[in-house]
Amino acid sequence: MSAPTTAPVLRTRRGPEHARIMGVGAWRPERVVTNEEVCQHIDSTDEWIRQRTGIEARGWADAGTSVVDMAVHAGAEALAAAGVEPSRVGAVIVATVSHPYQTPAAATQVADRLGATPAAAWDVSAGCAAFCHAVAQAADLVRGGTSEHVLVVGVDKLSDFTDLSDRSTAFLFADGAGAVVVGPSGTPGIGPTVWGSDGSQWDVIRNRTSWLEHRDAVAEAVAWPALQQEGQKVFRWAVFAMAPLAQQAIDAAGITAGDLAAFIPHQANMRIIDKLASQVGLPEHVAIARDIRTTGNTSAASVPLAMHRMLAEGQAPSGGLALLIGFGAGLSYAAQVVVLP
Amino acid sequence: MAQSENEILDGIAELVNEETGLPKESVEMDKSFTDDLDIDSLSMTSIVVHAEEKFGVTIPDEDSKNLRTVRDVVAYIQQAQG
Repeated sequence: MSAPTTAPVLRTRRGPEHARIMGVGAWRPERVVTNEEVCQHIDSTDEWIRQRTGIEARGWADAGTSVVDMAVHAGAEALAAAGVEPSRVGAVIVATVSHPYQTPAAATQVADRLGATPAAAWDVSAGCAAFCHAVAQAADLVRGGTSEHVLVVGVDKLSDFTDLSDRSTAFLFADGAGAVVVGPSGTPGIGPTVWGSDGSQWDVIRNRTSWLEHRDAVAEAVAWPALQQEGQKVFRWAVFAMAPLAQQAIDAAGITAGDLAAFIPHQANMRIIDKLASQVGLPEHVAIARDIRTTGNTSAASVPLAMHRMLAEGQAPSGGLALLIGFGAGLSYAAQVVVLP
Repeated sequence: MAQSENEILDGIAELVNEETGLPKESVEMDKSFTDDLDIDSLSMTSIVVHAEEKFGVTIPDEDSKNLRTVRDVVAYIQQAQG
């Protein structure tokens, strides 16, 4: 047999020109944990916690509810809101830091339980920035023709990875799940993502121990790998390094801050949210997400949860432009302007 | 260019006022940010970053946590401006 004279050319796919968020879903724990309850484990007060964080209460899931359970609830609501059958989902991306199995990814179970099989499914680890990373991936998957619809879930059960006696984090962390469906669009619905990382600060927010320390701990006890963070360093970075990023996302989308209807930053701490908004210099008409007040810091879930609440309570209009920005462990960050579903 | 002690003090007083709403006159040399002015760590971090911009100096975290009084900050900035 003779060799072909010309090299074969691979067929490639191309998707629609634009992608958009088609629907949003949320799951919040029933159990409301007050500041007074948190103060049973730390020497603090309701007033101190409100003043430093803006948090009045948060939700903790019960022991029998897993990250996968939470993600399935939020994902099902997002699919229903988008009017997309699970069978038309080509990829499921779960953004999380608290799925208690390093492998396999939570996303495969989420896809299976929602009936989205055999969708490609994987988890994204980018701390509290992971949801915005996953939205970037989803938009490119749709526009590239790899997937028609992508389910993106931000979910965290941080109560499993919180040291209740840690006076710097015990009152911050909480549980929840938020999800969006990203699909094809006739008009631009997801602006360019500006993102990056600064691994020189990898230790500022992290699990305090590694799995290897647990493996090697024969006789002595090793602390559970609860999340820990250096609050002041995080505050400085989150406000003063993220404000220019927010502006970059606005510029990349070819709009001005005055065109925004909503600003939905990661719900890290009310003080960060307020200071970041003032540094970005948003006009007064831009609604600022403050879901943290009763939800706490739910890491990867915080942006879609806040988006869900703003739409449900009429704080921001469907079709309005929202600036999303996630920032957290890594240190990782990502921001994009989207059209609200 | 190095600024005088009084110029720096005035600038710090402005920053404290903008960040916390405290009257500028309350920002005196021997006052402690935490104990006397009741400024918490997050507000202090903002004041430090704004001071870096205002006075053209760098105040790393390792140094800023040792700046207890207004005088400490003024002296640090004066030295950093060299």
